[in-house]
Amino acid sequence: MTNSIADIVRDARGFFVIGSNTTEQHPVIGMGIREAVKQRGAGLIVADPRRIPLTRLAAIHLQHRAGSDIALLNALMNVLIGEELYDKAFVAERTEGFAELQAAVARYTPEATADITGVAPELVRRAARLMAGLRPLALLYAMGITQHTTGHQNVLACANLQMLLGNLGVPGGGVNPLRGQNNVQGACDMGGLPNYYTGYQPVASDEARRKFEAAWGVTLGSAPGLTVVEMLNGAEEGRIRAMYILGENPMVSDPDVNHVRRSLEGLEFLVVQDVFLTETAELADVVLPGAALAEKSGTLTNTERRVQLASPAVSPPGQARQDWEIICDLAKRLQKEPPQGPFAGWDYRSPAQVMEEIAALTPIYGGVRHERLGGQGLQWPCPDLDHPGTPILHVGRFPRGLGRFVPVDWLPPAEQPDEEYPLVLTTGRVLYHYHTGSLTRRVPGLMELYPEGRVEIHPDDALKLGIVDGGVVRVSSRRGSVTARAEVTQRTQPGLVFMTFHFAESAANVLTIAALDPVAKIPEYKACAVRVEPVA
Amino acid sequence: MKTLSLTIDGVAVTAREGMSVLECALEAGIYIPHLCHHPDLKPVGVCRLCLVEIAGRGMTISCKTPVEEGMVVRTESPDIELARRVAVELLIVNHHADCLSCAKDGACKLQEIARHVGIEEERLQRLRRTTSTLPVDSSNPFFLRDPNRCVLCGICVRTCEEIVGASAIDYAFRGYATVISTLGNRPIVQSRCESCGECVARCPVGALVPRQERNPAREVRSICAYCGVGCGLYLGVRGNQVVRVRGAAESPVNRGRLCVKGRYGHAYIGHPERLTTPLIRRDGRFVEATWEEALDLVATRLAGYRGDQFAALTSARCTNEENYLLQKFTRAVMGTHNIDHCARL
Amino acid sequence: MTFEELERRAQHEWQALKESSVPLIQVGTATCGRSAGASAVVDALREALQKEAVPALIMEVGCIGLCFAEPLVTIHKPGRPAICYGHVNPERATQLVSEYLLKDNPLSDWALGTVGEGSVEGIPELFQIPVLKPQVRRILRNCGFIDPTNILHYVAQGGYTGLARALGMERQQIIDEIRRAGLRGRGGAGFPTWRKWQFCLEAPGEPKYVVCNADEGDPGAFMNRSLLESDPHSVLEGLLIDGYTIGAREGYIYCRAEYPLALERLHIALAQMREHGLVGENILGSGFSFDIHIKEGAGAFVCGEETALIASIEGRRGMPRPRPPFPATSGLWGRPTVINNVETLAGVSLILQKGAEWFAQYGSEKSKGTKTFALVGKVKRAGLIEVPLGITLREIVYGIGGGILGDKRFKAVQTGGPSGGCLPESLLDSPVDYESLTAAGSIMGSGGMVVMDEDTCMVDVARYFLDFTQKESCGECVPCRLGTKQMIDILTDITAGKGRVGDVELLQEVALAVKKGSLCGLGQTAPNPVLTTIRYFRDEYEAHEQGRCPSKVCKALIRYRIVPDKCKGCQICSRACPVGAISGERRQVHTIDAVKCIRCGVCLEVCPARFGAVECVTGQ
Repeated sequence: MTNSIADIVRDARGFFVIGSNTTEQHPVIGMGIREAVKQRGAGLIVADPRRIPLTRLAAIHLQHRAGSDIALLNALMNVLIGEELYDKAFVAERTEGFAELQAAVARYTPEATADITGVAPELVRRAARLMAGLRPLALLYAMGITQHTTGHQNVLACANLQMLLGNLGVPGGGVNPLRGQNNVQGACDMGGLPNYYTGYQPVASDEARRKFEAAWGVTLGSAPGLTVVEMLNGAEEGRIRAMYILGENPMVSDPDVNHVRRSLEGLEFLVVQDVFLTETAELADVVLPGAALAEKSGTLTNTERRVQLASPAVSPPGQARQDWEIICDLAKRLQKEPPQGPFAGWDYRSPAQVMEEIAALTPIYGGVRHERLGGQGLQWPCPDLDHPGTPILHVGRFPRGLGRFVPVDWLPPAEQPDEEYPLVLTTGRVLYHYHTGSLTRRVPGLMELYPEGRVEIHPDDALKLGIVDGGVVRVSSRRGSVTARAEVTQRTQPGLVFMTFHFAESAANVLTIAALDPVAKIPEYKACAVRVEPVA
Repeated sequence: MKTLSLTIDGVAVTAREGMSVLECALEAGIYIPHLCHHPDLKPVGVCRLCLVEIAGRGMTISCKTPVEEGMVVRTESPDIELARRVAVELLIVNHHADCLSCAKDGACKLQEIARHVGIEEERLQRLRRTTSTLPVDSSNPFFLRDPNRCVLCGICVRTCEEIVGASAIDYAFRGYATVISTLGNRPIVQSRCESCGECVARCPVGALVPRQERNPAREVRSICAYCGVGCGLYLGVRGNQVVRVRGAAESPVNRGRLCVKGRYGHAYIGHPERLTTPLIRRDGRFVEATWEEALDLVATRLAGYRGDQFAALTSARCTNEENYLLQKFTRAVMGTHNIDHCARL
Repeated sequence: MTFEELERRAQHEWQALKESSVPLIQVGTATCGRSAGASAVVDALREALQKEAVPALIMEVGCIGLCFAEPLVTIHKPGRPAICYGHVNPERATQLVSEYLLKDNPLSDWALGTVGEGSVEGIPELFQIPVLKPQVRRILRNCGFIDPTNILHYVAQGGYTGLARALGMERQQIIDEIRRAGLRGRGGAGFPTWRKWQFCLEAPGEPKYVVCNADEGDPGAFMNRSLLESDPHSVLEGLLIDGYTIGAREGYIYCRAEYPLALERLHIALAQMREHGLVGENILGSGFSFDIHIKEGAGAFVCGEETALIASIEGRRGMPRPRPPFPATSGLWGRPTVINNVETLAGVSLILQKGAEWFAQYGSEKSKGTKTFALVGKVKRAGLIEVPLGITLREIVYGIGGGILGDKRFKAVQTGGPSGGCLPESLLDSPVDYESLTAAGSIMGSGGMVVMDEDTCMVDVARYFLDFTQKESCGECVPCRLGTKQMIDILTDITAGKGRVGDVELLQEVALAVKKGSLCGLGQTAPNPVLTTIRYFRDEYEAHEQGRCPSKVCKALIRYRIVPDKCKGCQICSRACPVGAISGERRQVHTIDAVKCIRCGVCLEVCPARFGAVECVTGQ
């Protein structure tokens, strides 16, 4: 997020929520949006293929087709430019590339894009006018924007829109991706990426490489490594022979689960470190019992870049150990003779000491120390010990100086519905469950409230296919098929079915396609072609 | 912000402009009984207990009266005494007075008010008692709704409207039959309720109580283990078990609020299916192993896969420190940049 | 069309009607008339006219207010004064056609009075008969005499000249005029109307709203219904003037859904206003634009309370909120809003039509003008009346009402609806104005007036009214929800003979706490029936404590018994007893089994008067 939850909830006069079912996926931010709308009259515009709960409060719901985000966003910008509703001063003073943007969105009139998006042109115009009148306006998105083969272009289109509206660098504005996992931001910040060291220092940068070579006393390569899906492909092809998986469950969370199984089974050696015997751990050669968050001391970085400290409340059960200690023990076994370097060793007294090392090597975490994090935490960038943290990015200037409009064009999803697979499947989560379900499915109350995976299908489609509410259906794609109960509901739109991926026995990811965004390498979870049929 | 001076019961106090007389008094350490006031919510003035007399204006409720410069407030007078005492007595004779078996015993606002007003048994004897016997709504696995203990302060209704924005409940019916109800008076799970428990956390009496919670022996400040919002919370611990979770009011992220998973979804922590020993696959099945055995085996095997034939998935569920260490391990020890996690999933 | 053109058309149509060569028959078919059978009378008239081939015009009009004589038919024969007939049924209607229209026999026995110039032998002038003579009919001037579905009829009586005049005035001038007239809110509280308007005019915030409160909910009160059914434009004109004065562009009429005919007539009236440019954009070419919405209530009594009414219009549950802030500064949708009662707005129209001085001709020093009341209960002539404020209760009860039914003794009159007070005989000579009624422990209210005779038990009456307010309490605030329930329980105990020592003091204590502590007017006034009955009829409470119900109403405290000396053993009573509690052989003295007896009183009713052998006793 460029902004903070607090300033958005307090100061935004408008919200544009696209590709985020906020009240179910980020419920407390969802509460904040509803509070802003109901208690102080903020305006809400929702763009989502489904009638998500927030649409009840929305002034306008743009129910566009799955995978048509760029067409919709460009059409909004087309209206803003055509009707001269954009922030001319901001565009003139803080951005460059406006002419290119103008030229690029010129052909995306609401009329021309209506066939792609399925949204009435007049509604797009009304939405654009409303957005222009609600300043500052906060744009919030989540995986509905990113989990597409055009994911990174979708994000650029969101940024273009907010720069055009002049909503960057101000309280209550911003481009605000809502991150899914409690420390997905931190895992990225910490260099848990094939192309970055900590704090987004590129693997390909000689300067960064030399810095880490010196710190750790080793020689490092300069070519980025493989992403998740590439690793799994590599495993299937025999290029990857051993894997270490810490607290992840690709057997449920990754696209095309049948392919994931083949890949993991093809490994010569698989180590899984987790708190439960997950579907992935069941395939491991060695399983190492780690600790749950309530048992840990350490920091997590939330969606608004806030580094927060967790303290251990209880101790891990049985022989289960702290994850950091396990990694260190293993490292010491593999590095019999420690290399030379200020941070080459593996003898840490505590996670706090690890953070000191992170701070020393990571400019945006330079001022982060455990003892500074009591109560409110710190928002990065926080370069030094005196720095108070950065609640809002891009105030006054962008890191590169001027903000550059990068025009993007709409491309259809990788897989289009056809006669054999006539419906589009989109996936997501529900309020009562979380990700692969390994935690929430072990909470009896949550299981009572939402006991099994369902396939949401529109009444029009249900009627055509002979599907009744509560009946069992088989959903098939080119990659596999699953069965689950149907929920016939107008939450979704004709031609679109929705499934969650929390339930391994009806795993949506058996069906999803491992088609990736070429830049961000994110899989297209939000659109693939499927067939739905009733099971007798 | 403008500071104002006023006197309450002859005590000179200062207040910030925009405060209510009640807030000002409470901040100054002067107790005025109140039931429907909650600092997180807009005042509604329905319990009629926070009566005060303001010079030149007469009796009024203090929660809805903004402070003014030079205001002279009295918290006691014969009229206040009469109206308040009768109201409290009426609340008590219409309430399930089985305090010891009530989950709110000791933390109950009605008890607090009754102690302040001073209840006399012979006065209660004169009044007609009517204790309702409405069914308890136990449809939600996480909390009970007992209308018989409800004082209709509306805090739950306003919490659901103002804080949560779900608006799942409201007043229904009229007169003495008035209750807090879902649309159509259906069980709460069949309503728009999102089970977040914000109303439960604010209920001043025993009408909304958690089902499985126990009072903790100590509390530990932590962060929610679920989504990326990162709500601050307190884990309430008894022995080695998390028995309660409450939101951290001082957290700028969630301002004390939590969702259903954050508040009630903690049963996995001490779950019997937790992994408690290392497991090694032998002949196709897992056997328990010691840490020495397991780590030695892993180290020995991984030593044979250094370089780009190795890959690691680090975790969006683990701490920054752990993520740092695993990427350091992958890069510095295993010699590859093949590290990723489910950021995109 | 300009207003002058409209007036010309209206005068033309009205003159044509008055000078018509065929008779005009007006039938009062407001709700009260219909429930007395007016629709059947209309049918009978139609049939008779057709059968006898008499050319005549039938016009359905509103209500004159003579409920005791409904259905009412007024016949205008060319060249004669109109004759108003009471108690008309289909047979009488047929005879009126054959006798009066065809044969010129005015059937003076059925006539109540004549209207208009001239006289008819044997028939008094209508407005000189005892029920009407003390009345001053201003608000109700058109009721029963014009077609409420024809805007031209209203215009022909000077209607909308008030609006036309107001549109030429400064806003402040209008408020000053209302102030000089001394008009106070007719909904009950009597707040000066001009002051409310002034607050709203000066309150910051746009847009502003005006609301007509037509949520008349008091049992037995029907002033507003009658006015809306009989002369809706008089209210709508006031609403327009109100809107213009405070600078609103939108107004609402909040009318209870239980008034279908009033709503129908409002809808018709609004359509006609639209047709004639009296609502919508640029009204009468003045530049003033105003629209009116009709909002139907859902049957909650408390929605007559202005803040609950606002909540209801906004789509929320009708629950009051504490004031301040008053609606004049923060009302509908949080904007400055004036809420006026139906009758207040009709008064506004009159003031602008006739001037403040004219309006203030009647009334007392602080209570100016006239007021309508629904006079009901144990009076000989019940009905809708309009009297100058300051008139005494005695003039109303005995003068207009004709005294107590069956010439029984007057016991009390309750003013102000279910939350008003019950005033005793000793206060019959006090004037009816806001201050006097309040001083006596009652309220003016919206105009309900219930007369009770010696057979009324005042404890039971208090319980009855409290039961109503308790059930209609919104349930939100503690004193009202629980206090009214407590009082009901105590009163129920007292009337059931289960009263305890100290109950009267307890009742007073709870009543005072509810009055002082409640959030809205409903709770603050709900104890009035209890407090006034204790104040004026304490002896009855004490009697109940001793096991006696002096009026012999409370079943637990009475017994029926057969006086042996008088019983002839006719068995009429034993056959009539629904529970077989009376035994006795023929020609033998009968006895009542007190255990079986359910105190229904049938035995007393059926015992032949010449015997008078059954008596009702109370006490030991």
